[in-house]
Amino acid sequence: MTSPALLPNLFRNEFGKITSVLVKHFGLQHVEVAEDIASETFLLAMETWPYRGVPENPTAWLYAVAKNKTKNVLQRSRTLDEKIKAEWVQSQEHLTEPDIDLSNQNILDSQLRMLFALCHPGIPVESQVALCLRILCGFGIDELASAFLVNKETINKRLVRAREKLRTTEVTLEFPAEEQLVPRLDNVLTTLYLMFSEGYYSETNETIIREDLCEEAIRSVKLLTSNEKTNTPAAHALLALMYFHASRLKARTSPTGELVLYDDQDERLWSQEYISRGAYYLSLSAKGTTLTKYHLEASIAYWHTIRTDTREKWENILQLYNRLLQLEYSPIAALNRTYALAKANGVEEAIAEAEKLKLTTNQYYHTLLGELHRGTDDKLSRAYLQQAQRLSKSSAERNAIQKKIDSLKD
Amino acid sequence: MDEYALIMRHEDGSKVASPEQLQQWMKQTMDWIGGIAAQNKFVSGTGLLFDKAKVVDSKKMVTNGPFGDIKETIGGFIIVRASSVDEAVEFAKGCPVLMGEGNTMEVRRIAKDDGVH
Repeated sequence: MTSPALLPNLFRNEFGKITSVLVKHFGLQHVEVAEDIASETFLLAMETWPYRGVPENPTAWLYAVAKNKTKNVLQRSRTLDEKIKAEWVQSQEHLTEPDIDLSNQNILDSQLRMLFALCHPGIPVESQVALCLRILCGFGIDELASAFLVNKETINKRLVRAREKLRTTEVTLEFPAEEQLVPRLDNVLTTLYLMFSEGYYSETNETIIREDLCEEAIRSVKLLTSNEKTNTPAAHALLALMYFHASRLKARTSPTGELVLYDDQDERLWSQEYISRGAYYLSLSAKGTTLTKYHLEASIAYWHTIRTDTREKWENILQLYNRLLQLEYSPIAALNRTYALAKANGVEEAIAEAEKLKLTTNQYYHTLLGELHRGTDDKLSRAYLQQAQRLSKSSAERNAIQKKIDSLKD
Repeated sequence: MDEYALIMRHEDGSKVASPEQLQQWMKQTMDWIGGIAAQNKFVSGTGLLFDKAKVVDSKKMVTNGPFGDIKETIGGFIIVRASSVDEAVEFAKGCPVLMGEGNTMEVRRIAKDDGVH
């Protein structure tokens, strides 16, 4: 018997590889043909392996089937370019295999090109994430729908529009030229960062989906670090950031699916393996002269892997946020900076600074002020927390806030 | 929303602070700038080093240091976004330079390429 996890894992691993290689072969306009071939390959595996047993080398089996299916598609299809067909017919005449190169090197190259194509600035960012998950990570429509908390129809529409963009925008599968590499790589990092956040902060109740999104984002950044042109300090910093955050995934959700806030987490559930991987990539990121927001965020995330509150910890976090905000403002960074200010410089100063932020429509603004007033003015604290509860769109969060309210003394 | 330069002026730039004082001052300055950035009002900024500072006069004479006869020096500046000069002044009031007696902050609106200036 096969272990039940084998197939989904293999699927995730191989779907993107097969699709990318086929798209490199067919051209970007035929991305759906490639997806179909990959899907059918896995369907056949699911239909036959339970009865005949898993082949000795499952990957080789999948590649052989994918090649055969490609052959059939090329014979039948009228939509594929005549050129591709002609090439294939010619190779048939010479009694050679169609040139579907599933060598490790070509797989990596195809996946990287695909990643750059899918993260092209001409494609809307939310579609980029969906496309990457579908094409590179082999997510099904059901999984995508629960990851984004929308129905299947919406996801389908989003994918159709995104593929349309792939065909009509000036997206090519060429590896970006030297002078384009830095901005294009920035786009890719942004999309993968979003993919990770989508998983880490997702409001879906399905823990598995959340973890998968984070794992796939990590896997995709690792793809970048496997190529010397894209193996940049920023990519290492992003990878460090992801590992540090992901180390707390298991501790962030209770067995009943509730959100567990940082202060209430069981530290024994933090993954020490991920923390040390994060530290490894953080040390690799300390090269060159460019300090990116990923460097700063990874350093902040590093300090959060140390549970004990010390002056040093919070002073460091505060200064990192001070620099991060100068580099790129975001409301959540402003609020987190103010929390660090309370820990490093005292609550009084932090309350004055918090009120200057004027983020009154942001629920976390009220959560922060609720926390800062706790113990000195519980009535005010309660009012702030209740306002946060009213603004929150997630029931998991509302429950977490309720616990804070219940623990107030006054 | 206009941009304003907040210029830190030291009454006597030749005064030497202790390492502890310097460290404290550094932190306060970083917290001050971080607080402005947290309101999404920070544009840019830089400190100006006294080390190897030169003064060039109208006869192209070069002298060392910004000091000489005038003791007052500029320590650095930041540029902020503000909806009025009053808001910019409020930011300036928070600058730790003002804890030194005699030091001042100069608030100046940045000229725009709008034909007026």
